[in-house]
Amino acid sequence: MNDWIEIGRIEQIPLRGARCVNTPAGKIAVFRTAENHVYAIENRCPHKGGPLSEGIVHGGSVTCPLHNWVFDLATGEAQGADEGQVRTFAVNVVDGRIFMAAEVMLMAAE
Amino acid sequence: MGGAMKEKLVIIGNGMAPGRALEKLFETDPDRYEVVIFNAEPRVNYDRIMLSPVLSGEKSFDDIVIHGDAWYIKHGITLYKGCKVESIDRVNKTVTSVNGITESYDKLVIATGSVPFIIPVPGANLAGVVTYRDLDDVNTMMLAAKSRGRAVVIGGGLLGLEAAAGLNEQGMDVTVVHVMPTLMERQLDPAAGYLLGESMKARGIKVMTSANTRQILGDKRVTGVEFADGSVIPADLVVMAVGIRPNVALAKSAELAANRGIVVDAQMRTSDPSIYALGECVEVNGATFGLVAPLYDMANVLAAQLCGDDKATFTPVATATRLKVTGVNLYSAGDFAEGEDREEIVLRDASAGVYKRLILKDDRIIGTVLYGDTGDGPWFYDMLKRNVDTREMRDTLIFGQNYQGGAPLDPTAAVAALPDEAEICGCNGVCKSKITGTITAKGLTSLDDVRAHTKASASCGSCTGLVEKLLLLTLGDSYNPSAVQPMCKCTDLGHDEVRRLIVAKELRSIPQLMQELEWKTSCGCAKCRPALNYYMVASWPGEYEDDQQSRFINERVHANIQKDGTYSVVPRMWGGMTTSGELRAIADVVDKFRIPAVKVTGGQRIDMLGVKKEDLPAVWADLNAAGMVSGAAYAKGLRTVKTCVGSDWCRFGTQDSTGLGIKLEKFMWGAWTPAKVKMAVSGCPRNCAEATCKDVGVICVDSGYDIVFAGAAGLDIKGTEALCHADSEDEAIEIIAALTQLYREQGRYLERMYKWLKRVGMESIQAAIVTDREKRRFYYDRFVFSQQFAQVDPWEERVNGKDAHEFAALAEFGVPQAAE
Repeated sequence: MNDWIEIGRIEQIPLRGARCVNTPAGKIAVFRTAENHVYAIENRCPHKGGPLSEGIVHGGSVTCPLHNWVFDLATGEAQGADEGQVRTFAVNVVDGRIFMAAEVMLMAAE
Repeated sequence: MGGAMKEKLVIIGNGMAPGRALEKLFETDPDRYEVVIFNAEPRVNYDRIMLSPVLSGEKSFDDIVIHGDAWYIKHGITLYKGCKVESIDRVNKTVTSVNGITESYDKLVIATGSVPFIIPVPGANLAGVVTYRDLDDVNTMMLAAKSRGRAVVIGGGLLGLEAAAGLNEQGMDVTVVHVMPTLMERQLDPAAGYLLGESMKARGIKVMTSANTRQILGDKRVTGVEFADGSVIPADLVVMAVGIRPNVALAKSAELAANRGIVVDAQMRTSDPSIYALGECVEVNGATFGLVAPLYDMANVLAAQLCGDDKATFTPVATATRLKVTGVNLYSAGDFAEGEDREEIVLRDASAGVYKRLILKDDRIIGTVLYGDTGDGPWFYDMLKRNVDTREMRDTLIFGQNYQGGAPLDPTAAVAALPDEAEICGCNGVCKSKITGTITAKGLTSLDDVRAHTKASASCGSCTGLVEKLLLLTLGDSYNPSAVQPMCKCTDLGHDEVRRLIVAKELRSIPQLMQELEWKTSCGCAKCRPALNYYMVASWPGEYEDDQQSRFINERVHANIQKDGTYSVVPRMWGGMTTSGELRAIADVVDKFRIPAVKVTGGQRIDMLGVKKEDLPAVWADLNAAGMVSGAAYAKGLRTVKTCVGSDWCRFGTQDSTGLGIKLEKFMWGAWTPAKVKMAVSGCPRNCAEATCKDVGVICVDSGYDIVFAGAAGLDIKGTEALCHADSEDEAIEIIAALTQLYREQGRYLERMYKWLKRVGMESIQAAIVTDREKRRFYYDRFVFSQQFAQVDPWEERVNGKDAHEFAALAEFGVPQAAE
């Protein structure tokens, strides 16, 4: 868990927006909230596979662009009446540089 | 997980009854069992009683899913989809599926449902003969309906009529064939059956009663149906909807006691103590069941059993029936045969198409049939279930609950008078006290809240009025559905109030607005942000900087997201006209980027589907190079102006409709509007451009241009309304631009033009656009002003590097896998 890989700088992600990191295990969506918090979650809605990185970011949540499921970016849990969860990944921001745990990148595709 | 210690519960069947039983089980004792489900159908649990609205096109399959995949995952259920169980080994306690999966069980539940009854006539196995039981049947019927051919529905009961109405909606020529003299004779008396038949005929469905099918004609495919009297009607599709019988084959092969259905006691136990059964496949005291309410009762009993509570027992009660055909109000419950010991009260109002009948025995209601006006159904049904003595109200009983106690009660008081256990939602078996209790306990304030927490009114919706009255009763004045509906959960203000304050308080950015108007969330939500962004764009043209992060993905990347995460790209073709050069450029783009699908749209454009997001800027660059700009097929803005060829080519054309369409589109493209705006110009009243179902349409006539607006041809179908006549092209353009500007300033975000008209009224619109020339000019000028900032091709901007971050990954590691 000590190995971190730099994936980019915080200003490369729009405020209240997201970008993707492509890994062998699939796309990971990296979000930047209005408060400059950075979160990383699986870029795939458990409902119909919608790309969550394309959703509208509000507070600490994102709304899926396909059918409006809302996910908490910190826990990955669906909000409201919907049931489901996306995987979350640890990220670390140091001096504006975003790091992600190296094991995420090395993970074999599931 | 610790699954090894759990008891293992295997369920054969994944319909509504076991689904409800599991919900109850997880409420009471979520960790008791490891659950495995075998579903013969290749899908999750859905609301089978809502198949009729799917067939008629009013709902989609997604709308009727009860438990999505996530539910099964959350509860750790193993669901084998498309996996039919072939045998049960009761000695070793295992079940095995046709495709060879074996699972052991501690407890087994059989919920195999029913199978449609096929009348054994020659030709019953021809292609084109279907039953009406599951989604596959519905899909088959919808496919057949595309031919717009002739359908014969055999069976004039609940299912048959719903199938007939659905196929009729889908455009087929439908005949219902029923063996009895009147329709739905098991639920309706002959008088109501007759009214129902007339109502079916009024919608264009032919009805043949007392008709005995002798054989189904055809060589390989069905071609017709022949009757006992020798007559023949042609058919491309035959739907057998004559009834169902319990599916007992598996239980019988396992040598469980079974007659017509699998024999269970009032606790859902079969003859084997480890095996339970419920649903349409069982019989209890010799009776079988096909409607949802008793099946849900069984589910509650089974869940209690599985939790070790054997006090709960299943007691069949009379079940009420409704026909789910839009526009037909029909309600029946109980026993309505005539008899010497029975009295009846009948009310008929022929002009209003109302028929009500109550059947009484010893002064108690034992049955009711209501047609046309079914509002009192639940009240009668409740008295029937509670065995209420009606002597006191005998004289006015038939007039319904409103007339009891002298003066007519208002409808809300009538709902207040219902007892706590009165059933409000028949689909989901929700009673009054459950709804009022949940409203209070969870602090619910809206219909959607009640649907989310109790499921009442969440299925067929026919009890929505009752639920709203319960909200009113429970919340008092604080519930007022006609009061201002807040934009979203982030504010108490409605759309109109917010728009007014944006101008009045000169709020020029979303953060400023949220601060000044005391938004309850830090940065809004996916509902209010796009709305606020539009209101800012419309209120402060040239000043406000569009907030891309408050736009839906389609408007952010100027293409339409598809279900697989790829995009579709539609270039503008002014007025639907194109050239060989444009077509060649499109063909080259399709080849170069290996675009998998190309389609002509309803708005006379060409759609390239399946473009990868990262390819979008390069695709646009090539299209730009050929002179094409974004067609805005994704925008809440001007989409397309459809035209016919007009006086240039057509022998009937009265004006240059193509030319006017192109002028309108070149003048108005780029304008953002509350919802999409589609236009059309037809060159003569034959209206080949279909202008009379558009948001704005022009019909050219010899004397000029008739301007119509507020049509719809989507979720709702609505013809346009006449706005006015223009003598010249310039006048027509001015009127249309002014109208659009008025809509831009008054429309609520996502409110289409026809809904805006309905809300504000024709008078106010005509006053601003038609009668007062100065006002028209005012709105026209504002539109023109706003357009100078709007007409920037978003594709070209992005080809030149704008928002480049949208189209590239932040980082790449290893070999990226193809998207699933």
